[in-house]
Amino acid sequence: MTTVEERPAPPAAPPPRRANPVWALLRNSWRQLTSMRTALVLLFLLAVAAIPGSVLPQRPVNPEKVTTYYLEHPKLAPWLDRIGGFDVFASVWFASIYLLLFTSLVGCVLPRLLDHYRALRTVPPEAPRRLERLPQHVPAAERAEQPAVLAATVAKTLRRRRFRTVLREGEAGAWTIAAEKGYLKETGNLLFHFALLTVLVGVGFGSWYGWHGNRLLVQGDDTGFCNSVTQYDESKLGPRVDPSDLPNFCLKLTEFAATYQDTGVPKSFEATVAVTQDGGAAVTRQFTVNDPLRLHHASVHLLGQGYAPVLRYTDRYGQTQTNVFPFLPRDGMLTSEGVAMFPDANVDPKTNKRDEKLQVGFEGVYLPTVSADNSATSSYPAERAPGLFLNAYRGDLGLDSGIPGSVYVLDQGQIANGQLKQVSGDRPHELKPGEAWTLDDGTKLEFLGTRPFITISIRYDPTAELVLAGAVLGLVGLMLSLSGRRRRVWFRVAPLAVGDAGHGGSVVEAGGLPRTDYPGFPEEFAQLVKAARDEGTS
Amino acid sequence: MAELSNQLMVVTVLAYLAAMVCHAAEYSFGARSHIGRAAIRPARQLVGAGAPAEPVPDDLVPADDLVPADDAVAEEAPKKDRGALLGKVAVGITALGLLAHLGTLVTRGIAADRMPWGNMYEFILSVTFVGSAVWLGVLSRRPGIRHLGLFVALVLVVLLGAAGLVAYTPVGPLVPALHSYWFVIHVSTVILASGIFLVGFVPAAMFLIKNGYDQGKRSFPYTLGKRVPAAAALERLTFRLHAFAFPLFTFGALIAGPLWAEASWGRYWGWDPKEVWAFISWVVYACYLHARATPSVKRSTATWIAVLGFATMLMNLFGVNLFFAGLHSYANAGGM
Repeated sequence: MTTVEERPAPPAAPPPRRANPVWALLRNSWRQLTSMRTALVLLFLLAVAAIPGSVLPQRPVNPEKVTTYYLEHPKLAPWLDRIGGFDVFASVWFASIYLLLFTSLVGCVLPRLLDHYRALRTVPPEAPRRLERLPQHVPAAERAEQPAVLAATVAKTLRRRRFRTVLREGEAGAWTIAAEKGYLKETGNLLFHFALLTVLVGVGFGSWYGWHGNRLLVQGDDTGFCNSVTQYDESKLGPRVDPSDLPNFCLKLTEFAATYQDTGVPKSFEATVAVTQDGGAAVTRQFTVNDPLRLHHASVHLLGQGYAPVLRYTDRYGQTQTNVFPFLPRDGMLTSEGVAMFPDANVDPKTNKRDEKLQVGFEGVYLPTVSADNSATSSYPAERAPGLFLNAYRGDLGLDSGIPGSVYVLDQGQIANGQLKQVSGDRPHELKPGEAWTLDDGTKLEFLGTRPFITISIRYDPTAELVLAGAVLGLVGLMLSLSGRRRRVWFRVAPLAVGDAGHGGSVVEAGGLPRTDYPGFPEEFAQLVKAARDEGTS
Repeated sequence: MAELSNQLMVVTVLAYLAAMVCHAAEYSFGARSHIGRAAIRPARQLVGAGAPAEPVPDDLVPADDLVPADDAVAEEAPKKDRGALLGKVAVGITALGLLAHLGTLVTRGIAADRMPWGNMYEFILSVTFVGSAVWLGVLSRRPGIRHLGLFVALVLVVLLGAAGLVAYTPVGPLVPALHSYWFVIHVSTVILASGIFLVGFVPAAMFLIKNGYDQGKRSFPYTLGKRVPAAAALERLTFRLHAFAFPLFTFGALIAGPLWAEASWGRYWGWDPKEVWAFISWVVYACYLHARATPSVKRSTATWIAVLGFATMLMNLFGVNLFFAGLHSYANAGGM
């Protein structure tokens, strides 16, 4: 689509036969579509169409923000959703722009590929009759050598400079040398456009055959993870991927180390995991941000981290339950929010019957470092002075309703309708690690400590390499196409005087034609003529 | 070191400001009727004396485009022209500013013990440094465009001022997300490309002004076109700079960036706001290159597209950093 060069003139008008109107319409639309103007308009549309993708929250990028947007703009949001505003880059209109653009590209580039193929196979054309009419011209000069010898030397000089050169013998002992250079410009240009097609195809196949999932992984043997769709917190499989296709591996977080500067800005993270692949022995591997864990047909990326308090609850029958509850970080200092739910608390051991009114839940924040002024947020991300601030609730947690709810907040509906009642004081109760808290009914909650957790993203994209190859080829083509220059030069060597051909001596004339915008051509042409002259005399 | 860096930053801005004032003075007080030749003759000799033997291709500054036909006046003009002197002083001050600029970056890098490309403040500092250096480089080969210095200095001062006022961040080490060798590759190429696009924007804007002036427009921005080099030369310089920056940008933003993103976030492209706008800039600049290669599209139309491209780059730098939260948010101003 880039350079517009001289093309062979369009074939003469077809004989005046009435064309099929449908065929004419199709042909005209195709011509319109593959025209440069249309391509430019489509490129612009593509740029404009991408803007909403940065202004509106996007579901694949950040689904929570889309939810927030729904709450803030309850009237507008459904309409935006209907036209794909929250998933712009998968929307019909975005796809139709780029598909049209690529169709236009193919329609434009394929004929050019044929033209270029022909150009590569044809020899440079015969010199124009009047070289002085070319943009560059050196007037005829006399030389001592025979025309044939001189012509051969000039041709050799040009060939050495990688010009495609043809030597032609003309009438009356005259020779012409036609030479052309800079085919790589068009080659690069075509390469660039076909590389773009490769990228598009690669991206398409990648989304069909790729998959990814996110998971929160708490340190410990009892909180491992095995790669199956049900174990992910959130996952997305390409349309051609079956859940049974996922590679078989299990991960256990054995250690997680984080270091911070004094300001609380993180310095380093390192996760150590035990990996079991295809039922083999467990292997210890480490990974960090920017250095993912590469497994067979999957890579594991470290996205985030946090703390999971370990809590033991002793109910009114003396039964204890211990569990780990990841609290999600809310800020850079790891002020974390979460809940601890004990739906099976207060089950009478004699009847083994669960009293739904006696389920217990705790909601609150965990601060790895409680600041001296008792502010509500943590003052440092590492556990310097940890404190867990909880409110206790008793009643029906609402977990049996069948509606999937978040495991990080209590069911607000249950609190609102009075089924779940707060049973602690107005201010959250503070627990240091190791401390216990006796509730109003004599039951007891103990804060045993915390375990680190990490959030990981596990992904597989089968065509990433293809896309990379396409991008690199495209860059190579782009550079060739932007730096290349197509130009032609001609030399005409004629015998000095028609009568004394046997005596030797010739007249040389040269002309040059830059076929693309090339401001430095006069200098190159002058050097070329000089080189041809010097080599002739030496 | 961090203190020193901040002081050098002030020196840098003041130097560019002074250069701007000198350029403006040359612009306004330079001997009016001599402006064309005065701008070009002495400067040429200056460069000819110091430049290496390699012949300077003069294609960008065809003498007859710039020098008035009146040769008799031209002969005596170069001798004494306060305007030209001011212009040269301006270039000298710009060079000093560039040194201070380099000092700012180096001391900041030493203070932080890493490449000074970790946040928006440092990014703008680096982009403007590249812009300033490329500008002086281009100027040394094509002295005839010195008048553009006023606008280059203006852009530099505005961007650096914005960096200092809006985006200043105290020195600190990198967050773990930036611990990668791709950090150096991705950020440096994007900085280079942005710096060259920045320099390319100046002749683009000046071409449009000159072009309008040549067509007889005399309202405000076009009056500036009176004293700038020939439109064709500006246009060609615009194209050259863009043709150089575009592959760099392609590599930095669309190859090195995705490679790093794959290692860091698991996907090579995820339509993060920064990525969206890099894509938009790329498409707009691709539009410019196509438009310029198409004979049926007017050169002024094509150049407008280049100007639009720079606007999208600015949008990506300021708009995206300040208004949209995204994965590239360590570039955020104000040090969250």
